[in-house]
Amino acid sequence: MSPIIKSPKDFWTGVMYSGFGGIAFVISRDYAFGSAGRMGPGYFPSVLSCLLIGFGILALARGMRKDGTAFGGFAWRKAAIVLAATAAFGFLLPRAGLIIALLVLIFGSATASTHFRFEWRATLLALALVAFCVLVFVTGLGLPMRLFGSWFGA
Amino acid sequence: MDVLSNLLLGFQTAASFINLFYCLIGVALGTAIGVLPGLGPVATIAMLLPITFGLDPVSSLIMLAGIFYGAQYGGSTTAILVNLPGEASSVITALDGHEMAKRGQAGKALATAALGSFFAGTVTTFLIALFSPPLAEVALKFGPAEYFSLMVLGLVASIVLAHGSLLHALGMIVFGLLLGIIGTDVNSGVARFSFDVPELTDGINFVVVAMGVFGLGEIIGNLENEAERNLMVKKVTGLMLSKEDFKAIAAPVLRGTALGSVLGILPGGGAMLSSFAAYALEKKVSKNAANFGKGAIEGVAAPESANNAGAQASFIPMLTLGIPSNPVMALMIGAMIIQGIQPGPSVMTEQPALFWGIVASMWIGNVFLVILNLPLIGLWVKMVSVPYHFLFPAILVFCAIGVFSLANTTFDVYFMAAFGLLGYIFRKLECEPAPMMLGFILGPMMEEFLRRALLLSKGDPSVFIRRPLSATMLVLAAVAMVTVLLPALRKKRQEAFAEED
Repeated sequence: MSPIIKSPKDFWTGVMYSGFGGIAFVISRDYAFGSAGRMGPGYFPSVLSCLLIGFGILALARGMRKDGTAFGGFAWRKAAIVLAATAAFGFLLPRAGLIIALLVLIFGSATASTHFRFEWRATLLALALVAFCVLVFVTGLGLPMRLFGSWFGA
Repeated sequence: MDVLSNLLLGFQTAASFINLFYCLIGVALGTAIGVLPGLGPVATIAMLLPITFGLDPVSSLIMLAGIFYGAQYGGSTTAILVNLPGEASSVITALDGHEMAKRGQAGKALATAALGSFFAGTVTTFLIALFSPPLAEVALKFGPAEYFSLMVLGLVASIVLAHGSLLHALGMIVFGLLLGIIGTDVNSGVARFSFDVPELTDGINFVVVAMGVFGLGEIIGNLENEAERNLMVKKVTGLMLSKEDFKAIAAPVLRGTALGSVLGILPGGGAMLSSFAAYALEKKVSKNAANFGKGAIEGVAAPESANNAGAQASFIPMLTLGIPSNPVMALMIGAMIIQGIQPGPSVMTEQPALFWGIVASMWIGNVFLVILNLPLIGLWVKMVSVPYHFLFPAILVFCAIGVFSLANTTFDVYFMAAFGLLGYIFRKLECEPAPMMLGFILGPMMEEFLRRALLLSKGDPSVFIRRPLSATMLVLAAVAMVTVLLPALRKKRQEAFAEED
């Protein structure tokens, strides 16, 4: 562990809070502050961001003074796969359509698991899930999702 | 009798065929999703919420309440069968419930949980009917200063009772409040923190935040330590309780219900605290204390009834004051706002059918729970035994489609992914997301009440301490804060939450 950061969880929480607080404070300065009696749109956010910066600095200080537990590992690869699959669904839905977007989401995210193997049973389940979604959400509930999107000229 | 005529009106509303149907569907869906391992009630409700948007307000809230009980009960089933509690309040149930299951008494444990919950639900339904009107009466006298102070009290209470570092929780609240401010300011029309993104001018939908932080965040967290779950119970038999069992659980159920109802009303309280406290109490007073942790039926009965009583009692502050005391209630408030109902004391007088319909549906929902769960237990066992690596892509699918359906925009899907990342980081930093959700919902309301209170007092902040009700609440908040900071109590608090880990 580094000699300065004694409790990484506190330290990085402090960094996060003061970072978010700082950004929010800078942006809030663009909004009219007003006075306590006649609050402008900048009043409440400015006060809150100062509070957040304050808590952030306290956490930073604690992270450098008191010993704490270290992080366990980060599952960045798994996190990235799950989030990328989700974002891909959002991207593909209007373009490639629901069916392809769902298949990408299902198979893409499934690779995040250590138990992932390509097998016919799982593939059948995935196809059943796609069929279920089409029937329930598009046919049943009438959500405006095209089965095939703009790439297919729909 | 006012209470009786009110309840009668409620039952007339809730017992219409269509509302009974939605209540039943809600309970069934809530249980089915809630029973899935690693999915707590907040994520379950957030996932199922979009289904209710198309219904009229009464049916939609009745269905939502059904989903809530189902999710709550489903969590207990998972805790008993696989020792993988999806939510903090089932952790306690797992202690003895899973031990019972290991010894082949899973049926007994499940039946105890169902009956205990049912009893607690019945009692709390009447408590809500009794206490809501007088509380709403008081609340009608509230001015903006009182509302502001009440929200401060609620937020402070939520961190006192939250688990983990106080400083982290304080920061999470403020962070949530700031997130809540995103969007167009009602008074000046200025779009705040919108970064010129048109989708942000209406603010972020709370379902997007909840699904990202609780749904996606939990999925990534579960994938990180993918342990093999072993389901020892392939088939559940022996659902009937013997006479001795009934004798054994009667007192714990009563005590659990009483404790849960009191703790549930407190802001920041609710299911989790209730079940912890009930288990601790039972361990002290029970004759069978030596067997606790080794499969004592009392150890299932008490926390399960307390859990349900607490969960349901937290409807009282939500329905009468419009203040959510936990993230689930925050979701409920969000759902009410989407239906065009501003939660608060006036709901009861302006829309009595809606209000009492929800109250009555709580009891009906509890009846459905017992009717549904005991015979369908075989189905739930099957659902529990689906391996997680098959399950989570399906959960993702429902989250993604659900979020898309909120406003039919893919923008929300991207945002959910972003909040999923944030949720995972919070997990790693040991920052509880629950206080953030409360702050997020309360943010705009707090700003509005602060603004109005200070406008009326011409900028004089002493208005908050000059008005007695407001002052009382602020003093309570300060006392709560100071007590957590006292070293002695700090230790107690850590001990109380230690069992969870």
